[in-house]
Amino acid sequence: MKAISMNARQSLAIGRPIETLEAISPAPAEPDAMVRFAGISKTYPAYRGKPGVNALQDIDFAIPRGSITGVIGRSGAGKSSLVRLINGLEKPTTGRVIVDGRDISALAGRELRLAQRSIGMIFQHFNLLSSRTAADNIALPLEIAGWTKADIKARVAELLALVGIADKHDRYPSELSGGQKQRVGIARALATRPSVLLSDEATSALDPQTTRAILDLLANINRELGVTIVLITHEMSVVRQLAKEVVVLDAGRVVESGDVSDIFTHPKHPITQSFLAEVIGDSLPVSLASRIVSTQPAGGQAVIRIQVRGAGAGDTVVARLARELALDVSLLSARIDEIGGQHVGSLTLGIPVGEDAVTRTLAWLSRYQFSAERLGYVA
Amino acid sequence: MSPELINLIVQATFESLYMVGIAALLGTVFGLPLGVFLATSRKGELFAAPIVNRVLGIVVNATRSTPFIILVVAIIPFTRLVAGTSIGSTAAIVPLTIASTPFIARLVEAAIREVDGGLIETASSFGASPLQIVFKVLIPEALPGLLLALTLAVVSLLGYSAMVGAVGGGGLGDLGIRYGYQRFMPEMMLAVVVVLIALVQIVQSAGDYLARRVNRRLRHR
Repeated sequence: MKAISMNARQSLAIGRPIETLEAISPAPAEPDAMVRFAGISKTYPAYRGKPGVNALQDIDFAIPRGSITGVIGRSGAGKSSLVRLINGLEKPTTGRVIVDGRDISALAGRELRLAQRSIGMIFQHFNLLSSRTAADNIALPLEIAGWTKADIKARVAELLALVGIADKHDRYPSELSGGQKQRVGIARALATRPSVLLSDEATSALDPQTTRAILDLLANINRELGVTIVLITHEMSVVRQLAKEVVVLDAGRVVESGDVSDIFTHPKHPITQSFLAEVIGDSLPVSLASRIVSTQPAGGQAVIRIQVRGAGAGDTVVARLARELALDVSLLSARIDEIGGQHVGSLTLGIPVGEDAVTRTLAWLSRYQFSAERLGYVA
Repeated sequence: MSPELINLIVQATFESLYMVGIAALLGTVFGLPLGVFLATSRKGELFAAPIVNRVLGIVVNATRSTPFIILVVAIIPFTRLVAGTSIGSTAAIVPLTIASTPFIARLVEAAIREVDGGLIETASSFGASPLQIVFKVLIPEALPGLLLALTLAVVSLLGYSAMVGAVGGGGLGDLGIRYGYQRFMPEMMLAVVVVLIALVQIVQSAGDYLARRVNRRLRHR
């Protein structure tokens, strides 16, 4: 994979916009929030015998300027509706969507189209025009915005370099791999220098390695260009790798939102917990699980699982436990991952039965505020 | 075959090409926008106008279900109004255009509907106006299908053009009926059929070639 050449800086000299929304309706400044949902609900009316759907209800949150914010939820949770409210492809039934200080839900026609030029979007299936080369696909939003041919040419070259596919200039989408197609999609979304980039499941059709490369590219774009990124996804791994803020959606409502490390080190809602389980796993290895019995055998070990949450939380627990209680602690299974710089996972320990070892262990763990449970015994 | 007869065939071929060429051109001029509108004017679509869509659909179907030979005769007053006469190749262009317009419109509608709806959403997302979407997305993306549709229309028009001989339209079909059938000259009939087959082959091959040339959906270098 080619290194992203960020020296292809966004040269401000290229392509002064012909007309801007600022010229016709200046935006009131909102310093912190790039996107603010205020009292949003979205109802799709009944149509041709299908009942109406309440896609979104009571949505109130802000997406900080310059952040990478993940919006995670199962299919049908309302993610797609939510992201389409941001760029005005859909209108809320109630409430307002403020993007960069402007109520986009109140705009229509030419004003809306001008506002949409400052909001880029990338798609799961890339949505490239098969009849245009990579370069011409990237040129499309610029043609629509009325840039001159010379400006378009210079800007497209700069964007192809930015996304690391300068050599694919004349390739048609059918000649590109999935990852390359998404790079074209990203370049196209950034063409008009938007302040927000919306990603609608942009990596869901890609293999894990390509996904990682695309997420790295998005992180770079956020860092170098300061573009606010909104990631719509059903994949916890995407949020974990890229987002600093997360909003968990379920059945059209925000069930949790905040800092990724806070939300996922202390998940409250069952949906959040299930997303977390996808990454860290909450099941024991089959060979261990099948040996666990509920009654205490003679000899053998008690199986105790400790939840690990927070920076460095699990580092020394096994060693300290063994030393302070003078026990032959055995490590049966462990799974620790890092989310937003915080350790999240679980350790499954075997504690020798007898001499109150199990009771003492549980007391010791609760003294140091580890959440622990006894799963049973193994011989 | 005598030089006079060969001359007749050449002349009739040019008459047929003239009628079909102009009718196909006019049919496209009227049928393409009509087809694009039919493909984009249902509820929730780009130029949503469900009632107009429904009415136009009925008109298109009515025209298409009228047998061509009846259409030719039925619109003679209109033909005379437009062309100044109801006899001859130029007059025949009027019914040919009226028959090909709804045919082309339906083919265009089908080709445009083949374009992935995600592309319309994509173009909307970066602020394209409905007309920009039509000219920069829908028509270029549907181009292979549109070229095949036009090819089909031209081939059908060649068949229709044989029928306008009934109102003195001239052309190959007229020649085949008058000389080949009524004067019982089987060699004339054969010649007419051979020329028609050759024309259809040439039109179809050219259409296929062009459609392949502009189709970028398939991997090719």
